[in-house]
Amino acid sequence: MRLRFWGTRGSLPTPGPATARYGGNTSCVEIATDRDDHVVILDAGTGIRALGEALPADVARVDLLLGHLHMDHIVGLGFFAGFYREDLEVHVWGPGSTTLDLQHRLSRYLSPPLFPVRLRELPCRLVVHDVPLGEFELPGLRANAALVCHPGPTVGYRLDDGHSTLAYMSDHEPALGVERFPDAPEWTSGYDIARDVDVLIHDAQYDDPEYRDHVGWGHSAIGHTLAFARLARVRHLVCFHHDPGHNDQRLDIIYARPEIREQPFALTVARDGAALDVDAVPAEV
Amino acid sequence: MATGAQHEVEVILMKQVASYLATPVLVVDPTGDLVYFNEPAEKLLGRRYEETGAMPASEWSTLFTPVDEHGDPIPTSGLATIHALEERQPAHREMWITGYDGVTHHISVTAFPLVGQNDRHLGAVAIFWEHS
Repeated sequence: MRLRFWGTRGSLPTPGPATARYGGNTSCVEIATDRDDHVVILDAGTGIRALGEALPADVARVDLLLGHLHMDHIVGLGFFAGFYREDLEVHVWGPGSTTLDLQHRLSRYLSPPLFPVRLRELPCRLVVHDVPLGEFELPGLRANAALVCHPGPTVGYRLDDGHSTLAYMSDHEPALGVERFPDAPEWTSGYDIARDVDVLIHDAQYDDPEYRDHVGWGHSAIGHTLAFARLARVRHLVCFHHDPGHNDQRLDIIYARPEIREQPFALTVARDGAALDVDAVPAEV
Repeated sequence: MATGAQHEVEVILMKQVASYLATPVLVVDPTGDLVYFNEPAEKLLGRRYEETGAMPASEWSTLFTPVDEHGDPIPTSGLATIHALEERQPAHREMWITGYDGVTHHISVTAFPLVGQNDRHLGAVAIFWEHS
């Protein structure tokens, strides 16, 4: 699996010179596999617009995995060029709610007055799936989804191509209500999704002091993200979903701290446009 | 994911809520195993969760020797928690229990099934209320 980050910002697009290096597009990650005609996309934030423009013509199938339906993760849907290609098969996966399936939940956004084009009017060959909680198959990949701690139905994904494993939890607050975090693995949200993966892409929205004012908002303090990654014994952590208030200078300062840099795994601060080869993650870091 | 390493997130969140409550709360998994009880429940049972850990139904249901208003023992199947678990319906009953510490308590138990997304049966929760 080869990753390209098209959007790494949390909550709200944050364009401008102060965020030019890390980027201001909201969550969107492209996964290229061994199959040239297939692409997996994680979330449809504003980053998916540029991804759609760059999508090769010989791609015949796209699987778009939505972690949840907060606006920053679906705002780019209507601007995804793949939706307007008649030759493209697009499978959208994401959580339903206890009363509505994914198709109906997405239709609330992709319909007037919020958007002029209805989901059912998209020219592509669209298939919308309520993501199963557990294992399911994608072309060349074994996928797993599990509910994780975040307001509203939210899943984390684990993907395995037989060579390497990737976990994606863009919005996750595993420390919520835990007196001493991390708790035991069996009592830690997201543990089964993340354990022993080669690469974990995880929510890192708040600097630790900021978290105190945002408990229950569904996001992690960076210190919690690091502790979670240690508990899950990941090989490479990608800190993701940066707070809109964290400009380039602030992110540089936060991630230069020795207590953050020095970890038993490789650490990358996600940046729009960056690439990462999951298969190339060393066994020992 | 059914790996068995981690509880479902609804159960994790239930435990976290229970850990903040002043009322005794028990959380059981779909097989009836007691997976968590909070500090007020520890006081009632006379046992600490940190010491006992998870317990099978056959063990925890006899911990506090529950009896009805006539002093007759209540079988496991008569417990509100087990009713909520097996019938997937809320249940309520009064009973008298004698904890590990030998003290008898008159309590009401309200139990409800834990049903998660996609109609997943995740266990049951029991809330104990001690009559003064």
